[in-house]
Formats: sequence, C-alpha cells, structure tokens
Amino acid sequence: MALPVTETVECDILIIGGGMSGCGAAFESKFWGSDLKVVIAEKAVIERSGATGEGLSAINCYMGQRYGWNTPEDFVQYVVNDMMGLAREDLVYDVGRHVDSSVHLLEEWGLPIWKKEDGTYERIGRWQIPIHGESIKPVTAEPARKAVGQENIYERVSVTHLLTDANDPERIAGAVGFGVRENKLYLFKAKAVIITTGGASNVFRPRSVNEGIGRTWYSVFATGSAYGLMIPVGTEMTQMEHRFVPTRFKDGYGPVGMWFQYFHARVTNALGEDYTVTRDDELDKYPPYGRAVPTPTPLRNHQMFLDIRDGKGPMYMRTEEAMQKLAGGDPAKMDQVRQEAWEDFLDMTIAQALTWASQNIEPEVTPSEVNLAEPYIMGSHSGEAGAWVSGPEDLAPPEYFWGYNKMTTIRGLFAAGDGVGAAPHKFSSGSFTEGRLAAKAAVNFLRDNPAAPSVSDAQVRQLHESIWAPLETFDRHQGASTTEGINPNYITAAQALVRLQKIMDEYAGGTSAWYTTNGPTLERGIRLIEMLREDLKQLGARNRHELLRCWEVVHRTWVGEAHMRHLLHRQETRWPGYYYRADYPDLDDANWRVFVNSRYDAANDQWSLMTRPYINLVK
Amino acid sequence: MPTFVNPTACNACAGEHQGPLCVYICPNDLMALDLESNKGFNQEPQLCSECYACVKLCPQEAIHVRGYSDFIPLGASVQPRRVENGLTWTVTFRNGKVLEFTYPSRSTPVGSSEPYKDFTEDPAGDLKGQGLAGESHWLGVDKLPSLAASN
Ligand SMILES: Cc1cc2nc3c(=O)[nH]c(=O)nc-3n(C[C@H](O)[C@H](O)[C@H](O)COP(=O)(O)OP(=O)(O)OC[C@H]3O[C@@H](n4cnc5c(N)ncnc54)[C@H](O)[C@@H]3O)c2cc1C
Ligand code: SF4
Ligand code: SF4
Repeated sequence: MALPVTETVECDILIIGGGMSGCGAAFESKFWGSDLKVVIAEKAVIERSGATGEGLSAINCYMGQRYGWNTPEDFVQYVVNDMMGLAREDLVYDVGRHVDSSVHLLEEWGLPIWKKEDGTYERIGRWQIPIHGESIKPVTAEPARKAVGQENIYERVSVTHLLTDANDPERIAGAVGFGVRENKLYLFKAKAVIITTGGASNVFRPRSVNEGIGRTWYSVFATGSAYGLMIPVGTEMTQMEHRFVPTRFKDGYGPVGMWFQYFHARVTNALGEDYTVTRDDELDKYPPYGRAVPTPTPLRNHQMFLDIRDGKGPMYMRTEEAMQKLAGGDPAKMDQVRQEAWEDFLDMTIAQALTWASQNIEPEVTPSEVNLAEPYIMGSHSGEAGAWVSGPEDLAPPEYFWGYNKMTTIRGLFAAGDGVGAAPHKFSSGSFTEGRLAAKAAVNFLRDNPAAPSVSDAQVRQLHESIWAPLETFDRHQGASTTEGINPNYITAAQALVRLQKIMDEYAGGTSAWYTTNGPTLERGIRLIEMLREDLKQLGARNRHELLRCWEVVHRTWVGEAHMRHLLHRQETRWPGYYYRADYPDLDDANWRVFVNSRYDAANDQWSLMTRPYINLVK
Repeated sequence: MPTFVNPTACNACAGEHQGPLCVYICPNDLMALDLESNKGFNQEPQLCSECYACVKLCPQEAIHVRGYSDFIPLGASVQPRRVENGLTWTVTFRNGKVLEFTYPSRSTPVGSSEPYKDFTEDPAGDLKGQGLAGESHWLGVDKLPSLAASN
C-alpha cells in the first residue's frame, strides 16, 4: 500500500487534545518540567476547539473557599448524592480543593467574571458563577500556547490510536494519527501521554436526524476519542454505563441551569402542574438519594419523564412568569433581566437565541418548551464515564492508588477532563484543573521513569496502514457501482454513524425506546454492534475530511459498545430518568453500590467486566 | 444550524497570511474554499454546531447562519460583530422585530497573558507535594485542604 510520508515527533509528554483539560495540562507541565519537551496534538485549532469553543455563560465548578462558601467536603457530598451514591470521593475532592486557583488564574488571564458591588463574585447556584464567557477558550488557550511553544503544537492532526511499548503492553509509548489538512501520517513517541480528547455526543440517535443531526447538546466535536483511544489498548474503564440525559430547551438545546437557579423559573406541564410538586412522592422510592437536597438530576428528569409519558406535555419553562416577577413592573429592571437572559445563550448556545427569534419568542411574554434530550456519555459534566485512574497520594485508599495521580492502568498514560471516570461535575474549570493535576503527576512519573519506551516499527506500519485504509478501500471499489454512495464493498462514515445511532437508540434505551432496555435487548444490541465494528474495517473515504469522520465513528462505536456491555453488567436501575432496566427496575444499593469496570483484551477480542468498591472517605 | 456564505461578500480572505480564516478556525473541519469560485463554503452543513467561530472571525462578515431546516422556521437571524474586547449581537425575529445586545468577551488585550508570573513554587523542591503551580498565591486560602487534616 502506498502510504504518505510519516512525520515522527519525539517528546517527553504528549498531550492529546487541546481542550480545557489539555490546555491545563500544557500550562502545568512546563512549570514543573521546563526542561521537558511537551507536545500537543489537536485535531482543530486550540483557540476554538472542544466543548468550550463556542463559549460559556458560567463557570459551573467553583468552591469559593476564600469567601467561605463551600469546602471540598461539601462538594464531595453534593456530587455523590447527585450521582445517586457513586463517585470516587478522592478524585472529586481533589478537583474541589484545587479548582478555585484555576478560576482565579482564568480571571487574571482575561476571563470576565460577573461581580457584585463589593467586588466579590456573583453567584448563580451553589457552585456556579456567571461569566461573560464568549472567549473562555481563547483566554485559556493563550497561556497554554505560550507555555509549550508554537513549534510544539501540532494542530489539524487527528490522533487515531495509542501505541504501547513493544515489550510491555501495559506501558504507553506514544500515539499515531494523520494530518487532516496535509497528506501526512504522524508517529508521536512519548514517555508519558495525557489523554484529554473530550466526551461523546452523537452516539445515540439525536432527536433531529436530517440537517439537524449536528444539533446535539454536548458538542458535536466531542467524538468519544478519549474512550476510543484508551479502550483498544486495554485501559481499565469505569462507569461506562453512566449517561447524562439533559433537560434542555427543546431543539435549540439552550441550558436551563440559569433559569432554574438564577431566575427561579418553574417548568409546568400542559395542565399547569409542576412535576416537582405533583410527583414529590416518587422521590421516596429511591432512598437515601431521593430526599437529598438538591434532588439528584436523574430523579428530577424522572419526575418530568413520568409527566411526558402520561401524555401531560408539552412541558414549558415559565420564563415569562420568572422574568415578570424579577422585574416587578420596573422597566429598567426588566431590561437588565432581558439582557441576562439572552446573554446566557449568546455566550454559549447561540442556536437557542436563533430558535427563539425564529419562533417569535420573547421570553418575558412567551414560555418556552423544554424536553429530555438523547443520552450523552462523558465524564466532566453531569456524566461519569471514563478511565479508572489512580487517586492522589494523600487522599486515595490503597484500592484507588497505584503511584501517580490520574494515571490509568496503563503505565505512563494519564487522563483528564471527560477522559476520567467516576469524577463528574468538573465542568470547564474542573477539567482544566484535572489536566493540571495529571500533568504534574506525569512530570513526577518522568523523573522516576526517564527511559524511553520502545516502539515497534512493524506495529506502527500496521497502524498507519489501517489509518489510510478507508481511502484505499474507496479508491479500489468505487467503480463497482454507478451510485457512489451505494456500494457492496464499503460504507461511508456517515452511513456507519447512522447505523451506530440506530442500534444505540433501539437497543440501549434511547429516546425512541423511552430510555428503556433490558438484558436480552442489550445482548442483541451487542451482537449488532460487534458486526458494525467488523464492518468498520470496510469504511470508505473520498478524501481526508471523510477520513477524519471515519476515525470519529470508530471511536464513537467503541463508546457505544462499552456503554451497552456496562449497562448489561449492572443489574439494577441506578439512575431512573437517565435509563430504565425493565428487568431490574429498582435501585439496589445492597448489591450494586459499586463501580462497574471493564477491560478490553485486543489479543483475544474479549471484554471482561468487574466491579470495584465504592469507598466513603468524607464522613 | 448550518452556516452559509454570501458569495458577493466573501473575498477568500485576500491578504490574510493564514489564508481563509473560516477554514483556519472551524473546529469541525467544515469550512472549505471552493477552488473554482474562490469562495468559502460549508462542506458538511449537517455537522455544523453553529458555534459561530467562523462567523465571528470572518473579516468580510460574509458568513451567516440559516437555522436547521428540521425545526427552525425561516426568516430570523442572529449576527455578531466584533467590538473592542466584546461582541455586539443583532437578533432579528421572524416577525421583523430587532434586538441588539453588546457583551464583553475578555478583560485583557489578546496576547497579554504571562504564564507563571510571580509564581513562587520551586519546580524541583515542590514537585512531590500536592500543590499546583502558583497556588500559594492563586488558591485564595492559606493552605491546600486535605482529608487527613479535615478528619
Ligand atoms: C453545551 C455545553 C455547555 C456547557 N456549559 C458549561 C458551563 O456553563 N460551565 C462550565 O463550567 N462547563 C460547561 N460545559 C462543560 C465543559 O465544556 C467541559 O466540561 C469541558 O470542556 C471538558 O473538557 P475536556 O478537556 O475534557 O474536553 P474538551 O474541552 O471538549 O476538549 C477536547 C479536545 O480534544 C480534541 N480532540 C478530540 N478528539 C481528538 C483526536 N482524535 N485527536 C486530536 N484531538 C482531538 C478536541 O478538538 C478538543 O480540543 C459545557 C459543555 C457543553 C457541551
Ligand atoms: S472568512 Fe469570510 S471572507 Fe474569508 S474565506 Fe471565509 S467566508 Fe470568505
Ligand atoms: S459555525 Fe462553527 S461548526 Fe459551523 S462552520 Fe462555523 S466554525 Fe464550523
């Protein structure tokens, strides 16, 4: 096979992804290791890449330790309850105790944070502070770019596979990928690798399927690469069965947090009822989490879901009620509330502003529909899927500790942000912080393990051939049909994505299945996704842009398969409102207050699933 | 909602050293230059996340957004314009009503950040500890909490 040239990059630390956690890792690593060569490989351009590229209207993870608002202990308690009993307390605590320093640094670098008259931060909720965040990503990227140096940033490089040591499959050695904009293959040889490639959208069939297939809630750029890179090399994953089903403004996916917490709006059904009132009894079915304050997000979803299922929709966010109340008849105050309401979208989910304008919705006059979206799998927002990582030296019990903070079960391979499992509610600031923590630990790892791993040329050659294969496949077979898109010898990335989404939707409890599945349905879905994984070897791509899409759907398929296998393993319904196991409809704390972990063994194409203990640290 | 380019306004970013800026910035590799017409275009509109990165950067204000055909009625638009350290948004409703909002984006000039300014940690001596770079100043409290200390 004729392959394009390979550019080989040798470095000490390779950071894959330049999103929030990647930028944090870049910044931190060069402080502790100014002598080290640190490289970022990023599929886009770091000023606007990743889930925060569009901007944000709030920092959702801030303790305010200096104001005495919260302690990291408070944060752990809140997160564990919101996750219905399951989060790694050492990891959550670690983010909580450090996150304020990241927020203060972002402010110093130019992020405008809303202030009260006395100069303290304004608050939206207990952990959230409002920002003028349209430029949060360029503000974050700038010091990262300066820290590692322009010459060490490889942009428009899609990383497709991790590389392990030729003599030790449990030791990381680097990664491979290709140039999206130039005919080039890449080989990164690294002593330590930090995975920061974000979460997964578009694994489930979204509610809009035509032009609107890209109108997802979590960024459509989030292609599951953190998981799709780590799973195939045998990294132990945790909580891949967890998902987040966001309640959002219908179709535009505008966020609701500001409306609930800052404007104090209600959601009512077509009969004018508030499900948090009429469905209050439902919370007693899920002790002890049901009566925790605040009500865990899945249970709030569950209450709304019951209303929708019973035919009481549409559900409306009563924006008009809340805004009129806040303004109290004062036009100047109404002006301010209107400014804030629109900024919430224009800083972060611009599509929602267009959705309002297109339907002539003035929020102070007309309420807006909200809905439950399709499921998302990620680890930094309200999801907790990701790698099983070592905890910090001073916090982690022995079950959670193997030497270096945020190191996965592959030596030298670290993760952060969406890539770390069982550590949710980090959001932008916590992901940035976790990248910093992983980077400092990686420098420590390098000081203790200075030897370079060995890379097998044959393995690299084989991976490079597989990267390029979709272009070859298309070229070889395109003459076999007069219709380019219909050919018995290949499928396109777009076709494979639709097939993945259909399997997930129908077998793994997507929207059309009312979030419901059971054991036999999952087993059937797994058989179908195994065949899809085989067929992905026959992806065809016309050009490098389509090649990018091919590797994205490969990564997303790993996420889908892991999700189904984990769902099957956990014999209970832990998060009603996110999904329902019809054969195990109850939450079963006695048997299942444990983490579900998995490992894929490439040599035998076998998955193993196991559980790991939940250990309570904050009393 | 997919972007589209007004062909009369696009000049292919003539004179920009980075080439067409929409092509440079799009996080999803969507914007491309049509070599025949020498105009920018969205090559895969169904995967556009309407992040507006290209719209905000286009020097000719040639890029607009037409709401997704799946669910957005025709006629409205949301268009940003860069002002110093911020953006002005013009929101036009389907019924013709127009709202204008200006919000700040950043409080410092682009390029002015100084990594590690005034950081006092010792990269060798403090490497084994739990503190992050600059935390002795930026954490906001005197001591990094630890569970052992809190129990
Ligand atoms: C709609 C939405 C609203 C949100 N609202 C808020 C909010 O109000 N407040 C808040 O604090 N947080 C919010 N968040 C959460 C926040 O954006 C994420 O928690 C955070 O960005 C996660 O950081 P990350 O580094 O893990 O991933 P990302 O920031 O997404 O970064 C991933 C990076 O990896 C790159 N990449 C991916 N695959 C590859 C590959 N194969 N090769 C090379 N590079 C690759 C991507 O281009 C990207 O740069 C929101 C997120 C979304 C989507
Ligand atoms: S940024 Fe604007 S002017 Fe430049 S190529 Fe794109 S559409 Fe044309
Ligand atoms: S709006 Fe964002 S995703 Fe869409 S073309 Fe522009 S830069 Fe790309």
